[in-house]
Amino acid sequence: MKSNTWTIIKKEFARFFGDRQLLFTTVIMPGLLIYIIYSFMGTGMKKMATEGANEQVTLCVENLPESMAPLVDGVPFTVAVQQPVTQEDIDKLEDKSLNVVLMRFPEAFDEKVAAYDPQSGEFAPNIEIYYNSANNASTRVFHMLQNSLTIYEEQLSNRFDINRIESVDDQFDMANQDDVLGSVLSKLIPMLILMLLFSGVMGIAPSAIAGEKERGTIATLLVTPMKRNELALGKVVSLSGMALLSGISSFIGIVLSLPKMIQADTAGVELGLNYTGGDYAVLLITILATVLIMASVVSLFSALAKDVKNAGTMIVPFMLVVMFCGLTPMFQSSVPENLTAYMIPFYNSIQVMTSVFAHEMKWMPVVVMLVSNVVYTGIAVWVLTRMFNSEKVMFSK
Amino acid sequence: MDEILRVEGLSKTFRLSRKQQKIERTSRKEIVAVDNLSFTANKSEIFGLLGPNGAGKTTTLRMLATLIHPDSGDAILDGYSVVSQPEKVRGKIGFLTSELKLEDFFTPNYLFDFFSHLHHVDEAISRERKQQMFGRFGIDKFAEVKVANLSTGMKQKLSLVISLVHDPGIIIFDEPTNGLDVLTARTVTDYLQELRSEGKTIILSTHIFSLVEKLCDRVGIIIDGQLTHCDTLENICGGQSLEDRFFDIYKEKKGGEE
Repeated sequence: MKSNTWTIIKKEFARFFGDRQLLFTTVIMPGLLIYIIYSFMGTGMKKMATEGANEQVTLCVENLPESMAPLVDGVPFTVAVQQPVTQEDIDKLEDKSLNVVLMRFPEAFDEKVAAYDPQSGEFAPNIEIYYNSANNASTRVFHMLQNSLTIYEEQLSNRFDINRIESVDDQFDMANQDDVLGSVLSKLIPMLILMLLFSGVMGIAPSAIAGEKERGTIATLLVTPMKRNELALGKVVSLSGMALLSGISSFIGIVLSLPKMIQADTAGVELGLNYTGGDYAVLLITILATVLIMASVVSLFSALAKDVKNAGTMIVPFMLVVMFCGLTPMFQSSVPENLTAYMIPFYNSIQVMTSVFAHEMKWMPVVVMLVSNVVYTGIAVWVLTRMFNSEKVMFSK
Repeated sequence: MDEILRVEGLSKTFRLSRKQQKIERTSRKEIVAVDNLSFTANKSEIFGLLGPNGAGKTTTLRMLATLIHPDSGDAILDGYSVVSQPEKVRGKIGFLTSELKLEDFFTPNYLFDFFSHLHHVDEAISRERKQQMFGRFGIDKFAEVKVANLSTGMKQKLSLVISLVHDPGIIIFDEPTNGLDVLTARTVTDYLQELRSEGKTIILSTHIFSLVEKLCDRVGIIIDGQLTHCDTLENICGGQSLEDRFFDIYKEKKGGEE
């Protein structure tokens, strides 16, 4: 690397690592925040899923029919069969601290159900369940009862089944656990990575170029014998490096918090992240290639802008395009086969990352993506050089 | 005398945006900032460009510093063309204007080393020069203080030192004493005379008559982008004060236009 470029890179990194606040907000905070938020979410979701089961709920039932006895037998809450459920009992439910659910069956429920003709136009026998939606335990029991009763109602008019499971070995979804997990991750993680990389670039690039223009410090650099392309390359490489650090921090945050999220999402089903070293290497290369082109494009906008605020405004449409690319895996069943698709910047990175997470990675798309992004970065550096040479761009007020 | 700078037919026209047209209250779409400017400067001399605001002084100096490109003409500095060899030119000159700022985050020590690297100054020479320059301007006590925490005067002295890290033969100063307190202004003017005695060439722009009278060996009077006179002070003034002579020239020029 040319020595002036290296001098610029060293200066940018000295600025970056010397500014504790910038370092904290760009590198430490994203990963830490992601880890804390995702872990908190996962722990919270898990707690929500399990804590209700331990809470004692009293279910008071009026006119419990014989057919419904199994419904209330063996449920994880106390059942008190009482006659009748009074208005006073119902009013008590307004106190959300009471874990109570009241259930009122019509008299002779089983006979009335058996005699009911849906064609008669009359109302069907009605079961009243009183609960308090502000009380989690009460709500949980209500939904449990509602689901069981719905299933019972469907069984009464059952004509056929779909995918009836008669033994534990019966399996109709032929995807293995890895594929299921891969499919979920491939739709979410690439978009997250792209957003995190973008926020990393956005946190640094406008200040490093538009900020230098605004403060008048870039003109001081432009009167040195350094060539403009050395300055442009130095800026892009250093910004990419910083954004990469920010992206890596976010990525570590995701990786560390993912097991907690998955644990909550799958309610205790053991799922492993079965990715190979090659997968992680491709992921890293893709992130690097993405960050290079991202830093280049944001640098172009920053060079064009009059100040940091103006740069932020100019970058918004570009950010929307990048975010749109990030959303594409959600609307597709598999990654594109056509190699030309991997020449489209940002879309190509998203597709390669998706293929890695979905265990569908092939080498040619990775190569096309990498070469394309390096070529686009080269073009961007060339344009940035031209911009640094342009007095209109550099000194316009 | 050894000629070190030759400016030949330098011209620069700026396009006016609608916003600028409104501010300037004009319907003209472009403005001629520098019009076919030619002059020379010699080694070991202080050459001053004197003119009112908007005369084209700063534009001329910015073209000499290769920050902006001339529309036509050229300038040869120590054998290098501003048009075809801008990097070489930048290696030969030190350029200072109030528009050039130093990054607040860094210390004088770091910035001196950084700009020395960019100018490819040998490390031992750079170290020696830093010691000498920092001592000369009293920066040594603040060498590890961030620029943001320096006084305005100290920042200006540091800017001067940084522009000279590579010990250039030609020093271009745009309004060298503008905005400086009296003490710093005196330090700068004394230093410019010292540089001349060391054999350096100084090109400066100003609208302060006393500064020209005190410092300049030769002066070019520039009005509306055109060089009206270029000679020694004695030859231009002919016994008059510079101020009186300048206003005569100005009236002549403006009258001629009317």
